[in-house]
This record gives sequence, structure tokens and C-alpha cells, in this order.
Amino acid sequence: MSEHSQHGHVTPLKTYLGVGAALLFLTVVTVAVSLVDLGGFNVVVALLVATVKGSLVVLFFMHLLHDNRIYLAVFLGSLIFLAILIIFTMFDTMTRDEMTPLAELVVEQVKLMV
Amino acid sequence: MNSTQPAYVQHHFVDAEQQRESSKLGMWIFLLTEVLTFGGLFAAYAVFRAWYPDMFINAHKALDVTMGSINTVVLITSSVTIALAIRSLQIGKAIAAQRYLILTLLLAATFLVIKYFEYSHKFHVGQLPGHFYTYEGIEGTNPHVFFGIYFAMTGLHGLHVIIGMGVITWMLIRTAKGEFSPEYYTPVEMTGLFWHLVDLVWIYLFPLFYLIG
Repeated sequence: MSEHSQHGHVTPLKTYLGVGAALLFLTVVTVAVSLVDLGGFNVVVALLVATVKGSLVVLFFMHLLHDNRIYLAVFLGSLIFLAILIIFTMFDTMTRDEMTPLAELVVEQVKLMV
Repeated sequence: MNSTQPAYVQHHFVDAEQQRESSKLGMWIFLLTEVLTFGGLFAAYAVFRAWYPDMFINAHKALDVTMGSINTVVLITSSVTIALAIRSLQIGKAIAAQRYLILTLLLAATFLVIKYFEYSHKFHVGQLPGHFYTYEGIEGTNPHVFFGIYFAMTGLHGLHVIIGMGVITWMLIRTAKGEFSPEYYTPVEMTGLFWHLVDLVWIYLFPLFYLIG
């Protein structure tokens, strides 16, 4: 049942409909899990489900599974740099309350001067 | 000279395949910039949520999960319809492609209508971004921060939906004029990539704003 256009692979109708159904099902899962209290895990599960959904969209709807690997490399590159942005920003802000002894001395002196 | 190439191949490309691959690479690089743009806002979300975790949980209750869920279903379905529109062009069915593009536009419009109801309710009760915020009913420090990041992110996303609708409409007109075929449908395919990204961003926005806590 697979058809070929001049461009190569044409995704079968069943695949598009199947992925769509999976996405709708995962939406139900996401909402259902959010109603259960898992503490800190709620965020983790929510992001994991979102990532599965996103992967389905990227691989099938955006055709990256069958396309030239260069496009996948570009997309993964964007995710890697986004991860660096978020992780290092969080490193910064999550450790701001801790001051090194030298920094504490400096802050003391500045307070005395002001 | 490229006089042997079909009309849709522009003069600076050797052949249709090179044009197609260049278009796709260019589009994916643009999508990279989109990921980083929205990503920067997601980083801001992460920081503000780390600073005010309890306030975020309290404030998010002001969002309507039902409306958010419906919008998620609407956008996912619109991704299916635009994928089917492109598939129709791949197999030479231009009329079906037009129908699927129209369906996509209707679903996108539905998304915006629901967002309009969400936004107008918030305007009405004073849940506005930043220093416009006047609502009294949310406990915690700086609830205006939540709405600031909410309006910034859903607003930028909504702007992308509007722009996407404009581009899809343009593709619909070109399809109706018979400009596309199984040999050439790249502009519609690129439009589809943009639309799927809009869906992808919402897939993350929805749980992070509507389903936390």
C-alpha cells in the first residue's frame, strides 16, 4: 500500500491516523496523571509524556524518520543548545543564596560603607 | 541556463532536487531559531517557577483545564489534517488537499476562539500580566509573575497560530490555482513543518501551565 511520489516516501494514511490517535490518547493520559498527586514526579511525568508526543509529531508528521539525517541533526542541535540554556541558567539561579567566604566579606564591607 | 528545468525550479538551483533540499534545510534552520525563541521563554518559566513554586501552583488554578484540553485536541487534529493535505498533493489529489487545508484553518480558528474566551475572562477579573495585574484572589508572592509569563508564552504562540493561518490560506489559494503537483509541493510541505512546530510548542505549554500541582 506504500506509494511513491517523485520525492520518495509517502507516509501511509494509516500511519498518520494512528499517530493522531496515539497523540489524543497521550493527551488523556497527561490530564489523568495530573489529577493524581505524585509530588515532584508530576512535573517529570508530564514532561516525559509531552516528549513522547513531541517525538511522534517530529518523527512522523514532520517526516524526520524518513528524511535525510541532516534535518534531524539540525533539530537535535536545537534541543541540545536549549538544554544548555536551561540547565546553566538553573545552575546559576539555584545556587545564588550561597556566597563564597570572600563574597561574604565584600558584602559586609559594602554594607558598612553604604 | 536552466531552460531544461520545470518552471518551478528557480534559476539559482541546478535542479528540482537541490531546490527541494535547500528549502527543507532552510526551514529546519528557521525552526531551530523558533525552538530557541520559545525555549528562552521556557527558561524564564523554569526560573520563575523555581523562585515561586507555591504561587505557581495556586495561580495555575485560574486556568481552565477543560478549555486547555480542548485546545490541545484541536491543535493535534489540525496537525493531522495538514499532514493529510500534503499527502493528498503527493498522490495528486489537489481537491482533497484543499479540503484538508480548509479543515486545518477551521481548527486553527477554533483554537483562537477558545483562547479569546480565556483571555477575555482574565482581562475581566484583572488577571493581567506584570504591573497591570489587579486580581486579589491568589495566594503567594508575586502572582503577576505567573500571568506575565502565561500571556507572554501563550501570546507569542497565538501570534504564531495567526501567522500560520495566513500562510495556510496563501497555500490554499495556490493549491486552488493548480500550482502544485506530486512533483512540486514544497511550499505546502514547509508550511506544514511550521504548523507542526506550533503544535509542538503547545504540547509543552499545555501541561506546564494547565496541569501543574
